[in-house]
Amino acid sequence: MTATATSRLPDVSGSAFNLRSFLHGLPGVDKVGVEARAASLGTRSVKTTAKAAAIDLAIRMVDLTTLEGSDTPGKVRALSAKAVRPDPSDPTCPSVAAICVYPAMVPVAAEVLAGTGVHLASVATAFPSGQAPLDVKLADTRDAVAGGADEIDMVISRGAFLSGRYDHVYDEIVAVKEACGSAHLKVILETGELGTYDNVRRASWLAMLAGADFIKTSTGKVPVAATLPVTLVMLEAVRDFRAQTGRQVGVKPAGGIRTTKDAIKYLVLINETVGDDWLDPDWFRFGASSLLNDLLMQRTKLTTGHYAGPDYFTLD
Amino acid sequence: MFEYAPAPESRSVVDIAPSYGLFINGEFVPASSSGGVFKTVNPASEEVLAEVASAGAEDVDLAVAAARRAFGPWSALPGAERAKYLFRIARIIQERSRELAVLESLDNGKPIKESRDVDLPLVAAYFFYYAGWADKLAYAGFGANPQPLGVAAQVIPWNFPLMMLAWKIAPALAAGNTVVLKPAETTPLSALFFADICRQADLPPGVVNIITGAGETGRTLVEHPDVNKVAFTGSTEVGRQIARSVAGTRKRLTLELGGKAANIVFDDAPIDQAVEGIVNGIFFNQGHVCCAGSRLLVQESAYDEVLTALKRRMATLRVGDPLDKNTDIGAINSAAQLARIRELSDIGASEGAERWSPPCELPSQGFWFAPTIFTGVTQAHRIAREEIFGPVLSVLTFRTPDEAIEKANNTPYGLSAGVWTEKGSLILAMADKLRAGVVWANTFNKFDPTSPFGGYKESGYGREGGRHGLEAYLA
Repeated sequence: MTATATSRLPDVSGSAFNLRSFLHGLPGVDKVGVEARAASLGTRSVKTTAKAAAIDLAIRMVDLTTLEGSDTPGKVRALSAKAVRPDPSDPTCPSVAAICVYPAMVPVAAEVLAGTGVHLASVATAFPSGQAPLDVKLADTRDAVAGGADEIDMVISRGAFLSGRYDHVYDEIVAVKEACGSAHLKVILETGELGTYDNVRRASWLAMLAGADFIKTSTGKVPVAATLPVTLVMLEAVRDFRAQTGRQVGVKPAGGIRTTKDAIKYLVLINETVGDDWLDPDWFRFGASSLLNDLLMQRTKLTTGHYAGPDYFTLD
Repeated sequence: MFEYAPAPESRSVVDIAPSYGLFINGEFVPASSSGGVFKTVNPASEEVLAEVASAGAEDVDLAVAAARRAFGPWSALPGAERAKYLFRIARIIQERSRELAVLESLDNGKPIKESRDVDLPLVAAYFFYYAGWADKLAYAGFGANPQPLGVAAQVIPWNFPLMMLAWKIAPALAAGNTVVLKPAETTPLSALFFADICRQADLPPGVVNIITGAGETGRTLVEHPDVNKVAFTGSTEVGRQIARSVAGTRKRLTLELGGKAANIVFDDAPIDQAVEGIVNGIFFNQGHVCCAGSRLLVQESAYDEVLTALKRRMATLRVGDPLDKNTDIGAINSAAQLARIRELSDIGASEGAERWSPPCELPSQGFWFAPTIFTGVTQAHRIAREEIFGPVLSVLTFRTPDEAIEKANNTPYGLSAGVWTEKGSLILAMADKLRAGVVWANTFNKFDPTSPFGGYKESGYGREGGRHGLEAYLA
């Protein structure tokens, strides 16, 4: 980020009024229009060589995720091994971007992932509700980083956001970012609870202004998770944010993306909204657990010409 | 990093015969000695698709006579019986929609994405919609016992061949008229396939007659003394000629003519969606749309933002093979139209407007024109006044809502307009003052069978679509 770019950042940290004025001064989002645009990009036909490239890129963008109350060290070890080598029968298959687990499971995953280049993400900050005091969230974050996580997925306080206390949300993100140290911060907006696309755009800017390295749609724990139109609005936000400030922020849709066809629609969205600069695991991730196997199945289909049954791919 | 591989729709789903006759009285017949033949080409490749009969005066006589004979029994049918035929046609269109979409893209040059996702669904929808009216004419608000007019002569353009056919034929048949329709000479094929659909639906012979040919055929048809109603969609110039020829006769007339629509973007608009709307407004169907938003009026305070976003968006438009499912902009319909677009664009540049197109490679065969915008355009430029009917946008600016209204209305045309703002009261105030048949709010180029469509001033008179569309076919 250049000095000139920094100085163009809106100065919103000083007052709740400035922050609110800025967020409400952003261009609106027309619901019908954004949904129509997302639907039309969803009809792009990606075949043959383009599809093969898209599948490998999508695999490299997956944050392979297990966020269950029933997670055990054994489960996390198995998933970590899969993250490194998704398809044991095909050494050309790339590793995924990261493993995403609860803070308590971070040390277990760290052991398996050491030296592999696969990142380790952890959902800290009282995931998934975010309803805990700040010191608890910060402690959660520090524990995860100390345990070896180099990426933190935090949730925002939707309650505070929806009641208009933007400064509260802003301060929390700033504090967590600081607690992250050198770890990357992904801020989960939980767009399914924000209600409108205008709110999605405001929350995106709020998170970016407060220092988020990534903005992420969802926890996967509420009925409406990632959707194409929401991701489109977030991509427009990171694009506009970079144009204003020179700083690039990543985007991570999470929850409900299960098929190769879905994943490719997201890649098309990036391609035609923000372009090549974001078509990279450093700047775009899929938060998913079951997507990987469908990608592997389609990948095998392209190389062999046949669909293999689910038994040909590892469970986790 | 991520180029889409070609994804062509198969053209084997459509079987084009080497030659076609005229569809008169339920039969395909060759043109008489007064007629001839002409060729229709694929504008994307200049390949000849088929040889088509050109109807002469004798053929027009035969077609009008067939329609006249069919009129008695057809108009005497209970409305519910006519509705059955229309529903049947609508369902066959749906069943054959893939074939028809490919055919339309081959003959017209429009991208398969549009023929498949916009044209064909609307074509079926118009038939379904008017099928619903056929037995309810007494409740349409045109009196207790409205009567059909008789034989309708319908002349349609090449930009939406099948959709314009549906807009004309569906309300005419629902109201109990019979028709003689002449499609444009560059896009006759889908109308001839529609003739086959009429046979498939067992429509009584003579109710629908399709005669192909160029302007002379159209003139003969419109001037035929035994025609009761004339409906024309096309250029204002031809519309004027038709109005003159119909004047003093008892023929009823509706005209849908040219346009130079204003697409007005206020500084509080949802910018990303407004940019989509601008793109859809002028680059949809290569700009071959009479209601295209060909004059962009941007509030000066948002000018830089909108122009930056528009250029960025235009750089992602994919121009090329109409049958590729990923193509956004297809071929220009004919060499003549391409020449006209080039001529007007060159005039724009020579008058001092700044011309810009995104870098894009155009195919070497066929008729192509890159999406183009002109900035620095004023009301005094010819490109701001004349209809170009191609993918060429003129960008003008304004400062206040009143100025936007003045500029938007300062045109001989009045077919459509668009308003982009987050302020609902401003939308209503603008819509009230814009002299245009359709005003779209935060959207553009949206069509629906229930919604009337039609122009002010030199954009024509009469309405098509909706309940109003029936009025033009009832007495």
